[in-house]
Parts: sequence; C-alpha cells; structure tokens
Amino acid sequence: MGAVWVYSEIYAGRPAPVALELISKAAELGEATAILLGRDAAGAASVAGEYGAARAIVDARADYDEHLAPAAVPTLAALVRERQPALLLFATTYDSRDVASRLATRLDRGVVTNATGIEADGDGFRILTPWGANTIAVCELTGPGTRIVLVRPKAFTAVNSGGACAVEQFAGPLDAATTAIRVVETVEETTQGPLLSDSKIVVAGGRGLGNADNFGLVEELADALGGAVGASRAVVDAGWRPYGEQIGQTGVTVKPDVYIACGISGAIQHLAGMKGAKTIIAINKDPEAPIFRSADLGIVGDALTVLPQLIAEVRRG
Amino acid sequence: MLDFYAVDSLLGPEQRAIRATVREFVDAEIVPNVRGWWDRHEFPGAIKERYGALGLFGANLPEEYGCAGVDDIAYGLINYELERGDSGLRSFASVQGALVMYPIYAYGSEEQRRRYLPELAAGRLIGCFGLTESEGGSDPGAMRTRARRDGDGWVLNGAKMWITNSPIADLAVVWAKDDEGIVRGFVVPTDTPGFGAPTIESKMSLRASCTGEIVLQDCRVGPEALLPRSGGLKSPLGCLTQARYGIAWGALGALEAVYTCARDYAATRTTFGKPIAGRQLVQDKLVRMLTDHSLGLLMAHQLGTLKGAGRMTFAQVSMAKRNNVRVALNGARAAREILGGNGITTEYPVIRHMLNLETVDTYEGTHDIHTLIVGREITGLGALE
Amino acid sequence: MRILVCVKQVPDPNTVVYQIDPGTKRLVRDGVTNVLDPGAEVALEAALQLAERDGESTVTVVAMGPEDAEDAIRRALAMGAHDGALITDDALAGSDALGTAKALAAAIGQIGFDIIFCATESTDGYSGMVPGMVAELLGIPHLSFIRSLEVRDGVLTGQRVIALGYQTVQCPLPLLVAIASGSHEARYPALKGIMAAKRKKVEEYTLADLDLDPDDAGEAGARERVLELLPVEERQAGVIVEDNGDGAARIAELLRQRGVL
Ligand SMILES: Cc1cc2nc3c(=O)[nH]c(=O)nc-3n(C[C@H](O)[C@H](O)[C@H](O)COP(=O)(O)OP(=O)(O)OC[C@H]3O[C@@H](n4cnc5c(N)ncnc54)[C@H](O)[C@@H]3O)c2cc1C
Ligand SMILES: Cc1cc2nc3c(=O)[nH]c(=O)nc-3n(C[C@H](O)[C@H](O)[C@H](O)COP(=O)(O)OP(=O)(O)OC[C@H]3O[C@@H](n4cnc5c(N)ncnc54)[C@H](O)[C@@H]3O)c2cc1C
Repeated sequence: MGAVWVYSEIYAGRPAPVALELISKAAELGEATAILLGRDAAGAASVAGEYGAARAIVDARADYDEHLAPAAVPTLAALVRERQPALLLFATTYDSRDVASRLATRLDRGVVTNATGIEADGDGFRILTPWGANTIAVCELTGPGTRIVLVRPKAFTAVNSGGACAVEQFAGPLDAATTAIRVVETVEETTQGPLLSDSKIVVAGGRGLGNADNFGLVEELADALGGAVGASRAVVDAGWRPYGEQIGQTGVTVKPDVYIACGISGAIQHLAGMKGAKTIIAINKDPEAPIFRSADLGIVGDALTVLPQLIAEVRRG
Repeated sequence: MLDFYAVDSLLGPEQRAIRATVREFVDAEIVPNVRGWWDRHEFPGAIKERYGALGLFGANLPEEYGCAGVDDIAYGLINYELERGDSGLRSFASVQGALVMYPIYAYGSEEQRRRYLPELAAGRLIGCFGLTESEGGSDPGAMRTRARRDGDGWVLNGAKMWITNSPIADLAVVWAKDDEGIVRGFVVPTDTPGFGAPTIESKMSLRASCTGEIVLQDCRVGPEALLPRSGGLKSPLGCLTQARYGIAWGALGALEAVYTCARDYAATRTTFGKPIAGRQLVQDKLVRMLTDHSLGLLMAHQLGTLKGAGRMTFAQVSMAKRNNVRVALNGARAAREILGGNGITTEYPVIRHMLNLETVDTYEGTHDIHTLIVGREITGLGALE
Repeated sequence: MRILVCVKQVPDPNTVVYQIDPGTKRLVRDGVTNVLDPGAEVALEAALQLAERDGESTVTVVAMGPEDAEDAIRRALAMGAHDGALITDDALAGSDALGTAKALAAAIGQIGFDIIFCATESTDGYSGMVPGMVAELLGIPHLSFIRSLEVRDGVLTGQRVIALGYQTVQCPLPLLVAIASGSHEARYPALKGIMAAKRKKVEEYTLADLDLDPDDAGEAGARERVLELLPVEERQAGVIVEDNGDGAARIAELLRQRGVL
C-alpha cells in the first residue's frame, strides 16, 4: 500500500483530536504522512509522530493562520501533484471541507465525504459512508490519482504508540483566491466545563425544553455530574445555545460514557453525532420519540419535572 | 393535504404554491398556538400583520388595489388551510375579504376602493360586516337599522348582533334601510361618534375570534360613507355568496384536521389487545369522514371552476356550504367519539373544531335556510318565506 | 450588485423516508415530494435581505436538476428573487459534487455576478463540497458558514461560525458565501410573490449551452461508485418506562451502576 496523507488541522499547538484519529488510521492503512501548515506546525509534528505518522510535511509560515483554511490549497495541490499519495484524508469539519472541495476541483478528482470507515482493497480503497438511518454505502473512487476522502470525527480511535516521525520542511505557494480573505477577529462565546467532544458525560437538551431559560436545567445537571452541555440543532438554530454545543451530523460528534438526552426527538442527523455513546439515557414526553429506539434507559415524562428531581438526586450523591 | 381523490392533480402550479405557503404558515404559526388562544378566549391581534404580509386578505381581488389577484380555486384553498388551523382564524380573514373588501370593491366608488382596499389588504385596517340583528338573522330583510338622510350625509340608528371583528375593527360595513326602505351599505369608521361595539363574552365557539355587537345611536356620517352602487337586499346577499363560497372550502380544512387526528389516535390507542383502528365500528366512522371529505372537495373544486367561469349560481353555493359544513361537523362529532375522554379536552384539536363548526353551521345562512334555498330552487315552491 | 443564489431541489425532509434502490443504488425518488432545500431558502433569505438593504441589487437563482426543479426556482422567485436559471439535461442525472459544481460554475460564468450565495450544505446530500468547488472553478474566494454579513464599498464583512464562537472575516467582492443553516429565518412566499413569480423569467441551460460535455458532469463524469449497500447494525433499545414520579430515581440508579455517581 502506498502513502496515506492526512491534512491535519492544528488546535492549541497540537494536531486537532480528529487529525490524530486520522493519523492513527492512516498508519494502519499504509505509510502515514501528516501535512501540518501554520505557525505551530513544527511542534505539532512530534505529536503526529506519537500517533503513528512516519513523516510530517511542515510549512510553518503564519500565512496559513492569518487567512482561512483554504490558504492551504495551493500547497496541497503542489505536493499531491508532485508525489501522488494513494489516499489523502480530511476530517469532516467546516475548515477541512473548505480545503478539500477546492483541492479536489483543482486536481479534478472526485471526493467521498462523511466516511465512517476505510478498508484497503487491492490498489484502491473501500470507503464506508452512512446513507440514511439504516444503510451503509460502500464506495470507491474511480480514475487515476490520489483518492480524497473526508472522514467523520470519532470514526476512528487515536492511538498513541509513542513513535517519532521524520520532518520535512516545505514552502508551498500561496494564491490570491485563497488569501484575499482576512480574519479580523476571533471571538469565543463559550463555555466553562470540559470540552464537549472529549467529555465522558454529556447532558444534551432539545426543543422539548420549551425555551432558553429552561435550558438552565441541562446546565445544572451537567454541572452536577461534571459533564459537558450539548444541544440539538433545533435549539442552536433557535439561538438558545451556541453552535459549538450542537451535536450531530453538522455539529460535534461525541462518544461519552453517558449521554443524557432531554427533550430531544432523536432525528437521524442528531443520532449521527451521539449514537457511539456507551450508555444513552433519554427523557421525552412522547413514547414514540425515535430517541427511545437507541436508548438504554428511556423515561417517558416531562423533562421539566424529571430534571429538577434528578439534579437534586445527583447533588445528594 | 388530505386528498384521497387526487384533487391536487387538478391544480395548477400557482394554486399548489399558494396552498403550500398557507399550509406552512398555519402549521408554524397557528397550529402550535391556537389552543392557548382558544382556551383563553383570546383573539391574537398580532396575526393581522402576518395575514397582511402574506396577502391573505381579499386575496382574490385585483392587484391594482394591493391584493394578490389569485383565482377562485386558490382563494378556496387559502380558506381550507386557514380553517384547518381554526374556524375563527379563517373567519377573521373571510370577513375582512369577502364581507368588507368585496363590497367596497363591488359597490364602492373608485375613490373608496383606492382609499380602503390597499390598507385592508395589508392588514393596517381591520373591518367588520354588520347585517344580522338580534331578531332573526335568517331574515335580514326584516332589519330595523335605519339610515336617515341629513343634509348631504346620513344619520344611522339601530343595532347589529353577532358581528365578527366589530370590537377590534377600524371600520364597519353597515347595512341599513334608507328613507325609501331600500337596503344600502355604508362604510363607517368605528371612531365615529354614536358608534359602539361591545364585545360578546362567554362564547363556547369561535373563541379565538372576536365577536361583538354594533350599536348606532345618531351616528352621523358624510356622503362619502355610502357605497354608491349598493341597493336592495341583493347587495349584502352578494357578499354572503362570496363568503359562503370560502366556507364551502374552509369547513373541509377543519374536517381534515379532525379526521387526521382521529385516524392517528385510533392507530395507537389499544383496547382489548388491539388498536381501535382495527375495529369495524371505528373504521366505519373513519371511512365516512374520508368519503365526505373527498366528495366535498370535489364539489368545492367544481364550484370554484364554475365561479371562475362566471357560471356559479347561488343555489350551488348554498348546497356546497350546507353540505360541507354539516359533514365537517358530523365528522368532528365522530372524531370526538373516537377519541373517547381525550376528545373532550382541548389538548386535542377535535372538540375545538367541533364547537367552532357549530357556528359555521349557523352563520352565513343556517343549514336549514340553505336547505330551503335549494329546495325552492328545485321545486319552484318557496318554503322559506 | 448582481447577486446569484445557488438553490437545490431536494426530497421534502419533513416527509421523506430514504429508500435506496438496490438496482441503481440511487435514492428512490418516486412518490417523494420535492421542495426547495430549506438550507437554500436560508441562503436566499440572506441574499434578499442584502438586496433589500442595498436597494439596487438583483437576485438571480440558479439551480441544476431535472425539469421539475423549476418548481423550486418558482418558489425562490415567489420569495422575491428577480429571475432564475435552470440547468437541466438528461446527461446531468447522477452528477457527483464536482460535476454539479462544473455545471453551476459554467452557467454562473455566463450570467455574471458580484456575489454568490450558497447553503453551507444541502439537506439531502450534506457533502458541503459544492460551494468551495464552484468558487474554485470561478477562481474566486469563498467563505463558509457565514451567519451575518454586510457589504460596503465592495468589501464583505461577515461573521463566520466556528466551534467556540465566531470569527469576523473580510473579503473584497467578487466572492462566494455559504450561509449557515439556522442563521436567517426564511420568509414565506407571499401570495403576491407567487402570482408575480409566474411572470418572472427562468432561463434554461443545457450542457451544450454551457460548453460542457458528459464527461465533465453527469453519471459519466462521476468518480464515486457505489459497490454495495450494507445494513447498519442497530443499537438495541433498552428499558422504556413511564415516569410515575420515579423517573429521576431510575436514572440515578443507572448512573450509580455505571460508576458516574
Ligand atoms: C442536513 C441536516 C443536518 C442536520 N444536522 C443536525 C445536527 O447536527 N444535529 C441535530 O441535532 N440536528 C440536526 N439536524 C436537524 C434534525 O433533523 C432535527 O430537526 C433536530 O435534531 C430536532 O431537534 P430536537 O430533537 O431538539 O427537536 P424536535 O424534533 O422538535 O423534538 C423535540 C422533542 O421534545 C419532546 N418534548 C416536548 N416537550 C417535552 C417535555 N416537556 N419534556 C420532555 N420531552 C419533551 C418532544 O416529544 C420531541 O420528541 C439536521 C437536519 C438536516 C436536514
Ligand atoms: C360567532 C358568530 C359570528 C357571526 N358573525 C357575523 C357577522 O360578522 N356579520 C353578520 O351580519 N352576522 C354574523 N353572524 C350572525 C349569523 O349570520 C346569524 O346567527 C345567522 O344568520 C342565524 O341568525 P339567528 O342567529 O338570528 O338565528 P335565527 O334566524 O333566529 O334562526 C334560528 C333557527 O330557526 C331556523 N329558521 C329560521 N327561519 C326559518 C324558516 N323560515 N324556516 C325554517 N327554519 C327557520 C334557523 O335555521 C335556525 O335553526 C355571526 C354569528 C355567530 C354565531
């Protein structure tokens, strides 16, 4: 099997958690190379090595940080054209999608998005993506050249095998269509408590809570349990909660030990982000709510009644 | 839309789009809230701007007066969808469109049209229609309200009863007999001295609609108040024909609401180990409701086609109003029965529709009056007067 | 400004049950009602608001799809777009994201634009690839996941949603913006709008009109091939109980068993 590259987003000086998942997977599939672009690229490279990268291609210029993610496109295009890796992996995040879509166009390649599994198959790959609630499609990308695949977060497990990688410096080209954008400021709107994507306990609320004030009950319970707060898209769209708390297909993917869904119906797009939880507990008024089909314990009842009792119970210990 | 006989396939793209837009609006803004309004006996005042923005008032009148200019079938579909939400909130639009804007359009001067119609279409002005009096609404020719000539204007005296929107209206279309005993229409601003509109409380029907009286005590209006082309009882009856047409569609919307609720309920309610929908007696009720809905919808659609071609007769309108409202009311009663005890709480829409339809069965010509209108038409023998 | 909005017709997300034809391995579309993508409605709303603030802009909607995708365009026109373009050609069936983007970009290039609006992702496919691809083909920058925006002196300033909050970003026109799903509340088409839409123009484009050949777009050009479909292992439902005042206690008990309490 040939080289498997991972476009690795960098967060807080390290490859983002999802990038580490992809690097570990790439190491399973072939020779893993992490592509790291931006100020913190060099430091991130050593972490990539620990998680299975054999090589890191590093361009530590700040240009990549000052513009949005697509600034990476010309660099990636130059690298791929020159070296033709077998597979190039991206995470299904907004930044990586912006890069992958432009890159695939520039290279005139097809892409598969939202993958949840990849298997080597002769010269090619079998790529697994969910279609609807109960089907997985197995696809391949045809034609010559590098396969570009976007993978959902938490599809694979990051494994720290303590290795180290060879680091190659590379100075990629930049172009106007991707550097015309200026980031004026970055504003953080959230939150205390553990990072949602990593928390062992997640308490999530949906439209069934009725209004933004009642959502305070979800916060209280999360706080009492030392867990993180999550939300359905319905309540994020309604402006009750920030996007960073959205769980699901178009939000964060979580795989906690315990997931408590309060007033969430359990649409497939929501399940896509949490059905990997070890234990799912649901509180919903409607006995027919689809969330119950995935729940280990379902309470048919009013979340506004059950939550205060549960908070009291938890505080009692 | 509940559409067992694929009436949808008879619709054009604009008609479908209009139905879809009103349906979405009703599902988003009326269905989730109407129970609270109804329970509290509250007319949701803010809805007038929403109706105005969507173009629901007088939608079938011409665009040059700020209206949407939709055809008769699309107009029917609007009524259908609104009444699927609530008969009272459909009545609110019907009165404004068919009973206030239509007479201004049909009997008013060009100046009256330009002055009032765009404002009424946008919902910036709300109107009401005063025909019925406390003694015998079925016999409007017996009205006592008088318009006495006074210089170049008029002085109005009398009282109207059961007037939808009157307590919240900015203007009233009032029907009164002139010095010669001829019925004439007047557009009376409700802040005219001598005009009063007390609210009728404690209704057990159309609770999300506001109903009142109109009291006219030496209410003096200028010459511009008269609808110059009105004259005789046929003028207000012409308005009623418009409104009844809309009701013939609207009632089926209410029937859809109660039928769907009953069907879904019956599918999940289990007794003696089996969903009640699997029982012959329940299926009989559901099939009757759906058959009535299908027949009514086909009738309404054909009525719309005739209306559009200028061939609709008042007896046809009477038949459709009479039938469609009564089958909706019967359907609501059957649905209420299927829901058992749950059928009597407003947690389900059934009892609300059922009680609303009691009014719809009575206003705009009672069920029996329409029987007599059609009866007279087919026998040539009047049993009404 | 000349504002373009890419809109898509999708199976009604409120009623659709996704079924896959095992033979063609495509979505079963029979008996499914199609609607204008709710995501596209939000993008159109953002575009209409921009045009209304500016007063001198026109909004053109562009869709690729089968002939009946004109219904989606009509809805967009009824909401207030000024005119529309429909790219429709039998050879386009089965296009992948890049094929779709090629067709859209070719038509957009012919129509001309100052700014292009897209939804961040479509409701049915949700690959989110098309906006970046269209921008790349046109050689212009793109901004994804924008929740609010303003254009002044030829420069767009917008808020881009990120996991922890938002970024304020700036970019000169021409460019493409992909609008975040919940950021604007799409208006209902008013009745007057529906009636007016009847008289608005919808230009049709075929592959030949766009100088594209079937290898660029359509099934022939698609590089993603479905090999097989597998059933998903479903999670087993556990215990579902009615809350009779003991719901909280039952949850607490389970939390204790799991060592969380
Ligand atoms: C392309 C696409 C992407 C999407 N991505 C996501 C995503 O990433 N994440 C996501 O969450 N959604 C996503 N969605 C939206 C998803 O389809 C649903 O609309 C959404 O998840 C519904 O949120 P909800 O469960 O809070 O609301 P609803 O579906 O309205 O459910 C509310 C629930 O609360 C219950 N309830 C009401 N009152 C009470 C009470 N007092 N006590 C207890 N229960 C009560 C009701 O029975 C109901 O089940 C996406 C949709 C599309 C089309
Ligand atoms: C909520 C509500 C809103 C209304 N809104 C308006 C409005 O906006 N404007 C307006 O002008 N009016 C309005 N009405 C009045 C409505 O049109 C009248 O109630 C209706 O015409 C019946 O008149 P009535 O109540 O006086 O009954 P009556 O005429 O007294 O009839 C009583 C009964 O006698 C029967 N009957 C009468 N005459 C005969 C006959 N010749 N032969 C056999 N049976 C007969 C009737 O069918 C009925 O069953 C509204 C009514 C209600 C309840």
